Amino acid sequence: MEYFIQQLINGVTLGSIYGLIAIGYTMVYGIIGMINFAHGDIFMIGAFISLITFLVLGIIGITWIPLALLIVLLVSMIIASIYGWTVERLAYRPLRGSFRLAPLISAIGMSIFLQNYVQLLQGARVRPMQPVISGGFTFLEGSAFSITVSYLQIVIVLLTIILMTAFALIISRTSLGRAQRGCEQDRTMSALLGINVDRTISLTFVMGAALAAVAGMLFVLYYGVIDFYIGFLAGVKAFTAAVLGGIGSLPGAMLGGLLIGLIETYWSAYFSIEYKDVAAFAILVLVLIFRPTGLLGKPEIEKV
Amino acid sequence: MKEVSTTPPELVIPSGADPLLTVEHLTMRFGGLVAIDDVSFSAGKGEITAIIGPNGAGKTTLFNCITGFYTPTVGRLTLTARGEEYLLERMDGFRIAQKAHVARTFQNIRLFSEMSVLENLIVAQHNELMRASGFTVTGLFGLGGYRKKEKEAADLARYWLDKVNLTHLADINAGNLPYGDQRRLEIARAMCIKPTILCLDEPAAGLNPKESSELNKLLIYIKDEHDIGLLLIEHDMSVVMEISDHVVVLDYGSKISDGTPLYVRSDPNVIRAYLGEDEDEALPPEVAADIAKDFDPENREGV
Repeated sequence: MEYFIQQLINGVTLGSIYGLIAIGYTMVYGIIGMINFAHGDIFMIGAFISLITFLVLGIIGITWIPLALLIVLLVSMIIASIYGWTVERLAYRPLRGSFRLAPLISAIGMSIFLQNYVQLLQGARVRPMQPVISGGFTFLEGSAFSITVSYLQIVIVLLTIILMTAFALIISRTSLGRAQRGCEQDRTMSALLGINVDRTISLTFVMGAALAAVAGMLFVLYYGVIDFYIGFLAGVKAFTAAVLGGIGSLPGAMLGGLLIGLIETYWSAYFSIEYKDVAAFAILVLVLIFRPTGLLGKPEIEKV
Repeated sequence: MKEVSTTPPELVIPSGADPLLTVEHLTMRFGGLVAIDDVSFSAGKGEITAIIGPNGAGKTTLFNCITGFYTPTVGRLTLTARGEEYLLERMDGFRIAQKAHVARTFQNIRLFSEMSVLENLIVAQHNELMRASGFTVTGLFGLGGYRKKEKEAADLARYWLDKVNLTHLADINAGNLPYGDQRRLEIARAMCIKPTILCLDEPAAGLNPKESSELNKLLIYIKDEHDIGLLLIEHDMSVVMEISDHVVVLDYGSKISDGTPLYVRSDPNVIRAYLGEDEDEALPPEVAADIAKDFDPENREGV
């Protein structure tokens, strides 16, 4: 039982990171009906920016952890947002109105470009980082097994909850969110109401990139090693999470992220760690067979 | 264009008494197809200008040029309102609504069906709210006058909901409204961008006689109380004759008549366009108008 609860905690932590990335996929899909294949690499860039910022802060002597975390968070969100904006500007906007596959291919090109760009700048080897937040609470010090929640896990889950709430509020309460929902339903009509559709789409990419950067920072903190290739697997997992929850649905992305995190953790804990990815993708296949729109997705209505 | 000399002069609109929208030599070609051919007219402020013509005459294309869907091949579209002059053919699609405040509704309803009725009206006030919310940053925390602005937006929305009798349905999804209500909601939403000119593409299509007469009242109210121009594409001649001040008739992309409803109704060019070329003897105007009312083929639309 203790073992089960411990894995639950680990799974929720991992799931939070996947959920943050998955929101970027689902928002972009919602607004332009396309998958942003460069999103995983924005996550990877966010992770690298966080690592570099941590090192710089260490050099200039800002070691008070809450402040350092806040600075790293802001820096990585801002720089990753610029990357996200650029990806949209270069790979999507010129091809708007072109045939459907064109932006997909250009986004894959963008993904390959970003990977190689980081590989050239940062090298192909893994980059380690010292643990920044250590320690934790220990519950139920049983004879066989005790449950530990590290401070880092608490930070990850809390930060995820705060950011997801903030983004849910942006979508539901602010004018930008209304414009995004408007563009999602009818871009032509939105333009006729004076909404700058291009800017709204750009901001959607920027929001997704900012969340991916946070995920990148949490990933660095949690795993301690990164390389230029982490964006691929994390991206595919988060994409799976978005599809599992129902692509286009924001709560779906959060739920999907959690489920993928939990499935992966429990599979590694009880069966074999080598096949954890297989388990996650197998669940995806099963869900798509029985619920093609994902868990919280709405059935696709043919647009007129 | 081809004015008939026998018509008493007072029946012809003196073009441009207070011109709001001036269309000059507008031509729209799609490859070899000429959808609009050298059309000029003007629509006045505080007037309802009806654009009529058989299906395929280019009415919707004209609207698409005015609202920035298409860039005209030739011609100039000038909107003079609120002390400014806008050349619509040179503006991006969304700026026509944002800066010149041209509003439009569609033949097939295009509401945001997954938003509530009230939200449909608030989303139309996006630009002001976006500015007030400090581009979302302060708005997220309800700072910087965003709350106040949002309340104002909701007040304007409720004012129009009241005008179109939808106040009791404010919180349900727009997609669940009955057809007639959706039509009225579309007009309310267009009014929420505070338009200088409101372009309505067949607002009475599919309405029953009672709803249609309510719509007429609404349009006249908008014209009188808000002092804007209305541009109306309509097939229902009873609506056109009842509420419009000025009628422009298009056929095969060209303007064939332009004047008061009374003048247009008796214009032989119009009768010929609606009833065919081989008319040896002109019908009495009342009969012709009656036939024209019923002659409403739905199958030639689409240009």
